[in-house]
Amino acid sequence: MNEQAPRSRAELLLELADDDLILGWRNSEWTGIAPFLEEDVAFSSIAQNEIGHARALYELAARDLGTDADALAFDRRPEEYRTAPLVELRRLEWARTIARHFLYETADAIRIDALKSSDDPEVAGLAAKIDREEAYHRMHAELWVGRLLGSEDGRKRLHEAVEELWPYALGVLDDELRPELRRRVEAALGWTLPEAEPVPRGHHEAELAELWEEMTSVRRSAPAGARW
Amino acid sequence: MTLVWEVFRQERKGQPFAHAGSVTAPDLSFAELYAREQYGRRQESEALWIVPREGVHAVADFPDEFDLKYRRVDGYSIKARLKEARERAGTAVES
Repeated sequence: MNEQAPRSRAELLLELADDDLILGWRNSEWTGIAPFLEEDVAFSSIAQNEIGHARALYELAARDLGTDADALAFDRRPEEYRTAPLVELRRLEWARTIARHFLYETADAIRIDALKSSDDPEVAGLAAKIDREEAYHRMHAELWVGRLLGSEDGRKRLHEAVEELWPYALGVLDDELRPELRRRVEAALGWTLPEAEPVPRGHHEAELAELWEEMTSVRRSAPAGARW
Repeated sequence: MTLVWEVFRQERKGQPFAHAGSVTAPDLSFAELYAREQYGRRQESEALWIVPREGVHAVADFPDEFDLKYRRVDGYSIKARLKEARERAGTAVES
């Protein structure tokens, strides 16, 4: 497992950007079919925000790599994405969606916090900007977790979903940040999480290729150099 | 349980709040979240008021059994009368 190998700024930015893009895409799959109208609007808006964060991160990475954000988002092969498998999973079931959303937002807050104190002013600045919007995502996730914990059925569903996704959630972060994720998630949920082998970046779930086919289909259908 | 919350929106500082619409939400925290998303995420609001629908006392019956239209100002032209009054008082404005 060489995920701890030193990586360039662009590689680091691509991890964050890919996570946000793919999770934004996954969350947008609820548009039109969320449990009720207000939630549909809210969750779709969160999905759009994630894709907006991805764009900002891709733009910064693109400068280092001499390309552009669209090329990074859409012109790579599925196996070239640096996503954590957590965001690739397709789980169109509400408790799992909320569990993933909560686990991802908690993990993301930890790494964004770390980046806010980066020596690189561009990275630190972008992290601070993203964090201001993420505060509302966290509020949304925490309200839902509180709601699910408030009923026996909700608690049971959330518990099952978190147990299933926990190894994936650990895989979002580097080794040294994982204990903090466990601490925050356990404090919010009030139970002890199992010891688990993280599902790290570097391999992909089968669902990613499927998502990639759809996500890139419009861009691939147009001749190179098409203007939008 | 789902409740209805009425949302009032202020577009600019100093302007009156106007009814924007309503959201359904199980409690005030969710109501705030949904109101933010629906009436605030495009910077279209300066502030929001969120009120449980039960907090709104609706009044919609205004009986008019004795044809009280004489109490309304519409249809009553004041312009000519004002001119006459000014002339009487010698304060007519030159036009």
